[in-house]
Amino acid sequence: MSANIDHLKEEHHQPSGLMRWITTTNHKDIGSLYLWFSLLMFFVGGLMALVIRAELFQPGLQFVVPGFFNQMTTMHALIMIFGAVMPAFVGLANWQLPMMIGAPDMALPRLNNWSFWILPFAFTMLLSTLFFESGGPAAGWTLYPPLSLQGGNSMPFVIFSLHLLGASSILGAINVIATILNMRAPGMTLMKMPIFVWTWLITAFLLIASMPVLAGAITMLLTDRFYGTSFFTAAGGGDPVLFQHIFWFFGHPEVYILILPAFGIVSTIIPAFSRKKLFGYDSMVYATASIALLSFIVWAHHMFTVGMPLAGEIFFMFTTMLIAVPTGVKVFNWVATMWKGSMTFETPMLFALAFIILFTIGGFSGLMLAITPADFQYHDTYFVVAHFHYVLVPGAVFAIIAAVYYWLPKWTGKMYNETLGKIHFWMTTIFVNITFFPMHFVGLAGMPRRIPDYAVQFTDFNMIASVGAFGFGLSQLLFVYILFLTLRQPVTAADKSWEGAEGLEWTLPSPAPYHSFDTPPKVD
Amino acid sequence: MSGSSYYVPHETKWPFLATVALIVMFIGLANYMNDESNLTLTYTGLALLLLVVYGWFSYVVNESEGGLYDAQVDMSFRWGMAWFIFSEVMFFAAFFGALYYARELSLPWLAGEGTKVSTNQELWPTFENVWPSNGPANYGGDFVVMKAAGIPALNTIILLISGLTVTWAHHGLKEGKRNQLILGLLATVLLGFIFVGFQAYEYSHAYNDLNLKMTSGMYGSTFYMLTGFHGFHVTLGAIMLTVILFRCIKGHFTNENHFGFEAVAWYWHFVDVVWLGLFVFVYWL
Amino acid sequence: MNRLSILIVSMLVPLTTLADWEVNMPRGVSPTANAAYDLHMLIFYITVVIGIVVFGVMFYSIYHHRKSKGAKPASFHESTTVEVIWTVIPFVILVGMAIPATKTLIMMEDTRNSEITVKVTGYQWMWKYDYVEDDVSFFSKLADSSNEARQLGSKIDVNKVDNYLLNVDNEMVLPTNTKVRILLTASDVIHAWWVPEITGKKDAIPGYINELWVDIKEPGVYRGQCTELCGKDHGFMPIVVRAVPKEEYTKWVSLNQKNRVADKSK
Ligand code: HEA
Ligand code: HEA
Ligand code: CUA
Ligand SMILES: [Cu+2]
Repeated sequence: MSANIDHLKEEHHQPSGLMRWITTTNHKDIGSLYLWFSLLMFFVGGLMALVIRAELFQPGLQFVVPGFFNQMTTMHALIMIFGAVMPAFVGLANWQLPMMIGAPDMALPRLNNWSFWILPFAFTMLLSTLFFESGGPAAGWTLYPPLSLQGGNSMPFVIFSLHLLGASSILGAINVIATILNMRAPGMTLMKMPIFVWTWLITAFLLIASMPVLAGAITMLLTDRFYGTSFFTAAGGGDPVLFQHIFWFFGHPEVYILILPAFGIVSTIIPAFSRKKLFGYDSMVYATASIALLSFIVWAHHMFTVGMPLAGEIFFMFTTMLIAVPTGVKVFNWVATMWKGSMTFETPMLFALAFIILFTIGGFSGLMLAITPADFQYHDTYFVVAHFHYVLVPGAVFAIIAAVYYWLPKWTGKMYNETLGKIHFWMTTIFVNITFFPMHFVGLAGMPRRIPDYAVQFTDFNMIASVGAFGFGLSQLLFVYILFLTLRQPVTAADKSWEGAEGLEWTLPSPAPYHSFDTPPKVD
Repeated sequence: MSGSSYYVPHETKWPFLATVALIVMFIGLANYMNDESNLTLTYTGLALLLLVVYGWFSYVVNESEGGLYDAQVDMSFRWGMAWFIFSEVMFFAAFFGALYYARELSLPWLAGEGTKVSTNQELWPTFENVWPSNGPANYGGDFVVMKAAGIPALNTIILLISGLTVTWAHHGLKEGKRNQLILGLLATVLLGFIFVGFQAYEYSHAYNDLNLKMTSGMYGSTFYMLTGFHGFHVTLGAIMLTVILFRCIKGHFTNENHFGFEAVAWYWHFVDVVWLGLFVFVYWL
Repeated sequence: MNRLSILIVSMLVPLTTLADWEVNMPRGVSPTANAAYDLHMLIFYITVVIGIVVFGVMFYSIYHHRKSKGAKPASFHESTTVEVIWTVIPFVILVGMAIPATKTLIMMEDTRNSEITVKVTGYQWMWKYDYVEDDVSFFSKLADSSNEARQLGSKIDVNKVDNYLLNVDNEMVLPTNTKVRILLTASDVIHAWWVPEITGKKDAIPGYINELWVDIKEPGVYRGQCTELCGKDHGFMPIVVRAVPKEEYTKWVSLNQKNRVADKSK
């Protein structure tokens, strides 16, 4: 302890050990906290997915009772979305934004610390409900009433933890916006910002506009359950479907929160390894903004089967289909960036390429889902599960992995092992398809989602999917091993780790200094 | 405006403590809702939270008074506050959305309008849609509606005036008229608390005399949810104004540099605007 | 373990064996189900074509424009013309999809001129069928054989159970070539009623009634499941519809009306 105190006095009162991490206001420290936390949550959520896949390996119940299966499905989704993917993106934002715009740190460092430290507490609260006598939440991550109102003691805990997660996201988003709008180096106009910065700016806007709506929705669940309000009860003049409207008004922008930063990452990596400038920068920005704006008027495509009036169904079908246009612009821009480039295929590039292909496949199935009369068949089957895992796993998660490989040398000053990285890529890509592609088939053949047991004709594809899931999980152990190996090395990486990389972060030494830019660089 | 002078704070313990306080409070509240405990834990968490807020803000105020913040830091705070208020707007939007849905969609449907003829015929054959409504099952029994003309109209005037007084105080601050500043703020704070007082009276009147309760179907639900969260925000705003009042008395702000004042004034205007929405859509129409 | 070996073999065997496996939506036996199938195939083929074009260009570029083949990077990075083109073309394609989709949708939502009406109510975890005009009414739940087999640790081989999880005690009987209006509601939580070969699904929502129509063209037994998470036994509330010619249906109705009366007199 005394050593600590001496140390404190020397370097800006910097505490060490655990206290350093608890009290840090540094964007790199906080970024690392976010990223490690997200990796942990990915494994926790992944283990739950493995429980699901193990039970679904064969028809009949082998391991868990139906009630627990539903808890696994619900928790898996909540953990993956709020615990793994969103924090990973915030972690990347923390590391990269100040470096990319030439700032010393985030604009509101103490708030930054707060938005991180809410997470472990909120997730402890959320996960602890699994050990309650009445179990954890089991109504799906969408928490539809009246079913969610039947939950046991876990319900207020789940709702409060979601409130906290929402608060954390809002604070994080406010920080991102303040940083981008206020901390750019002189000369960096908005239309000169790196595209990753743009996608995060727009994502932050989506977060601030949508998370409070979720908070409102779940608050109404709480009062309906405990204080006799009747928002979601017909007998009192309410409607269970009202919850779905409010939830998806949040929920649909949420799925773009999970993909826009990924678009930004891919738009950074593709030019770097094509050694050619990003094609159509301006249209990329406009496309991102259009996707964000459209995302607020498409929500009811998740509710085509609730019996909306015909005009509503048509409206939401059309607006949903429209999203394919700006998303298409992005895909075409990526392809045009590669066109006549000079490409090499290091691990980040491989993941980015796989992203483009597999995300597009997920987008295509999304478009099929948008066709209302066809969605009457697809809805709540494994076809939907296949769709969203294609956009989330080889979509969002691949982009995160690509970003880690891409910026790791900048963060640590150490280069990962390229051969192992490539092996990781191929295993991951092969297994992800073995896991999720067959889900299209069983979905079309009629297997509903959120069931612990199924009719025997669905067996074969479920077995394949389960094998794939375990393979995918093992491949991620390799990822951790690669990270471990990299961190054990001495510092050797060049300041500019990739030949084609562009951006202010590559002008800093590797590893990047604690306070990124003490004096703002000049951008012209 | 260069980044080199940007103030990056060193380590801090407040956010972590704030989280601990919040968690204690929420665990207490959840247990209370589940009928597993009384409110002791909740109040402990709340007290802790207040302490942390006090500590955190004093720290920031000291830094500010110590001249550590430049114009760029000031700007970061402004963006932060502005977007925070926007998030609050969206929070209220959820409840306004629920009100809209009930009045324009769910209640007419239950009464057999639009495509839901069978809903009415098969399930609620006697139900007719007249707003305010507590639904086809007459939840909570008959009740009397809160009229817009009485206290709500008075409260509207109170809040509108308080919006003016806070602006008047702001002018006082900018022009260095200290008395105008303090008087204006004092008036605003008083008006704020009077508003809350009136609303508390209104609630007890509604519960005791009008049989208008949270349990009074959709009308009761939306009424209490909207006015309740609004009242909570007014209370918060009035407390923040009080803090600012004390800071003004202490002479914390200069005519150039007074973001703390402005942030709270923005917040107050936001609360004001939400009330106008409430007055129109909850009480009046 | 037997299944595992089948699995491994089948993963090695080329795509031809997939022909036996159900990889696509079943074709329906009613105008609505068929229309959904046709739309599904149409959109699917369109996306396949777009996919081939986009990925084709991409792979061409990956192959030819790589550094190891000595490719030098070009310097272009924008072109308003192509950007407009690839904004407009997808839009036109979308309009092309939207027109048949809208037509089909309008057709599906038109429940007028039905000949009989059945009210279907979801319960945790079974269905109730009320034939509104004919005074027939009964509950329908998972068949006992499935119910025993599905318990954790039942040790029953589910492959030997007759229509495991898709069998009920009382089937819903409907006449063929008749427009039947189905009124959907629920008593506790939201359920959804779905028999893929007959119709798309629709939610059964407590306190509200949704409408659906079916017109089954071929006699037969059609199976489906509840498709909205409704609690622990959501996976165990199947739907079985037996479609029979009209005359047979009339007979079934009178038989069951009688049963009902008999039940009451007891
Ligand atoms: C990252 C997350 C993400 C993303 C990006 C998307 C993207 C899209 N999603 Fe997805 N979706 C989810 C996550 C996501 N979704 C989740 C989690 C659910 C389920 C939630 C739950 O119920 O639990 C869901 C469910 C869901 C549904 C509801 C299904 C149901 O429950 O019945 C629908 C319906 O319309 C839909 C549609 C779309 C569409 C049209 C897109 C579009 O944005 C896709 C656009 C992309 C392309 C189309 C490909 C590229 C374009 C081109 C190459 C241009 C040319 C193309 C054409 C002209 C066709 N999604
Ligand atoms: C970002 C979000 C995200 C991510 C990354 C994932 C990842 C995965 N999901 Fe997820 N999933 C959702 C979001 C996500 N999912 C959502 C929103 C739902 C809907 C929930 C609802 O219906 O309410 C859902 C539902 C869902 C279902 C349907 C459940 C049901 O309807 O009942 C299934 C079934 O297979 C599934 C599987 C998987 C698998 C196998 C992975 C894999 O990619 C996971 C891989 C990770 C690991 C496996 C962990 C890593 C490794 C280890 C822990 C080491 C040990 C490993 C071994 C020994 C093998 N998911
Ligand atoms: Cu009934 Cu699911
Ligand atoms: Cu959506």
